[in-house]
Amino acid sequence: MAKTQTLKQEDTPANMGRRDFIVVASYAMAGIGLASVAWPLIDQMNPAADTLALASIEVDISKIEVGQAVTVKWRGKPVFIRHRSETEITSAQSVQLSDLKDPQTDDERVTNPQFLVMIGVCTHLGCVPLGQKTGDVKGEYDGWFCPCHGSHYDSSGRIRKGPAPLNLEIPPYQFASDAVIKIG
Amino acid sequence: MSADKFSNPVVRWIDHRLPIFTFMDHELNEYPTPKNLNYFWNFGSLAGISLVIMIVTGIVLAMSYTPHVDYAFQSVERIMRDVNHGWLIRYIHMNGASFFFIVVFIHIFRGLYYGSYKAPRELLWILGVLILLLMMATAFMGYVLPWGQMSFWGATVITNLFSAIPMVGDSIVTLLWGGFSVDNPTLNRFFALHYLMPFLIVGVVILHLVALHRFGSNNPIGIDPSGPQDTVPFHPYYTIKDFFGLSIFLSLFAATIFFFPNFMGHPDNYIPANPMQTPAHIVPEWYFLPFYAILRAVPDKLGGVLAMFGAIAVLFILPWLDRSPIRSGNFRPIFRIFFWVFVADCVALGYLGGMPAEGIYVVLSRVATAWYFLHFLAILPLLSVIETPRPLPQSLSKSVLGGTAMAGAASAVKEKV
Repeated sequence: MAKTQTLKQEDTPANMGRRDFIVVASYAMAGIGLASVAWPLIDQMNPAADTLALASIEVDISKIEVGQAVTVKWRGKPVFIRHRSETEITSAQSVQLSDLKDPQTDDERVTNPQFLVMIGVCTHLGCVPLGQKTGDVKGEYDGWFCPCHGSHYDSSGRIRKGPAPLNLEIPPYQFASDAVIKIG
Repeated sequence: MSADKFSNPVVRWIDHRLPIFTFMDHELNEYPTPKNLNYFWNFGSLAGISLVIMIVTGIVLAMSYTPHVDYAFQSVERIMRDVNHGWLIRYIHMNGASFFFIVVFIHIFRGLYYGSYKAPRELLWILGVLILLLMMATAFMGYVLPWGQMSFWGATVITNLFSAIPMVGDSIVTLLWGGFSVDNPTLNRFFALHYLMPFLIVGVVILHLVALHRFGSNNPIGIDPSGPQDTVPFHPYYTIKDFFGLSIFLSLFAATIFFFPNFMGHPDNYIPANPMQTPAHIVPEWYFLPFYAILRAVPDKLGGVLAMFGAIAVLFILPWLDRSPIRSGNFRPIFRIFFWVFVADCVALGYLGGMPAEGIYVVLSRVATAWYFLHFLAILPLLSVIETPRPLPQSLSKSVLGGTAMAGAASAVKEKV
């Protein structure tokens, strides 16, 4: 009995407050601990160091004739490089921005107007558009045509018609020399 | 009735249709547990948590591992060097196996000392031994996956054990290998089985828990709780005790991972597997050493293999070897001495298993092996007959609170015997 009474005396509001503080602090510490353990287990799914090390490539473009296009693989995806003809350049430059779904001038999309470099992945759902090879369907705007859901891209790779929301993406690249571009 | 317990209407709605909350409340919250459990009763929950740690880190490792003889070693090195936090995850998995075995061995010796295998917990014990067997198979196949020298030669030696079986031995070994030596097909199937077996262990663990909750935990006194005054609800009393033990366990685990990650490993396993050359001194992982010592102690191929598997098999029939009605070693003065001799014997076997098989080590291994079986097959059955146990307390409460604890104990013993 004496024991029970001592316990009751300890149940003062000040003591209750202290206990609540200890409980909340313990839960907080446990939460921080769990989160810091969970993070490495999740982050391991991000690209590993060797995957990131392969993230840039160099391409020799001196062999690409006017009107020709090549496809190279960068980070597991196709990159389209097209040596555009004068007609293609002029038609790309003369388009009114108001006609575009994702307005962008041709200048914003190229470093050197002769070479258009873009990631060849349709911005709709990730298919690879046609238009790289001679004889491919190039769509209504003389650029690329995605056979999956019918998106038409123009000679600057901008979306003109179909379900895709954005222009074909431009990867980060620079001219290492006149003949070589470094992608990534 | 129990629906009133939950104030949340969603919980109540679900519980009425699928009484999972009632189940959890019953088994994890109000579950009556003997109030005198000591810290040796932490190791069951620690083993469960170790299993979860192993499964989680294992699944994650499998995302970056390649089970092919040409790539396995490199893919493990890639995990160590290139995969984000890969070194941490692999070291957790690698040392986790050792810690899992440490915890399980303590858990088993706890059961041996306090007679937790005795009626009505025989099936609970047998399921536990089954878990140990599955763990050993899983650990062995996991050790093969990095495809280092120890992996390869460990796999070769252990699979060759089966060639000792008369008549069909060689065909069985060929079947295990999927070829004429340990090679790519072996590695592939070991990976598949190493991924499968932990989930079988989870299944047996669930059965183990069902069997445990049928009669509740044994306790250091070894007599049954006589009523609610002898038990406390599992939560918060044992959840908090388990969490305290867990925090100490995790501290030691973390210290090992961060400061001595390769202490329990073998450096030769960082040499890629070479089927043309066996390392000079091959040893299994430390947790297999006692069994390895028993294998080598018997100077006969089939005999050694039988002795090694017999060392586990004898555990299955332990409930029928030790016939003493007194569970706890605390009340068995002679058993108690032999228990500690047996612990020393197991440690000695572990040491001898790691030593070269020559000279004095062979002799000592034979003595220790003989003692191992003598303990189970002769000493325990004999003690059940000749030993006079000390008087048992009347109830758990009295043993905890003192006072007239021992009064009338003699009659209680007579009743039990």
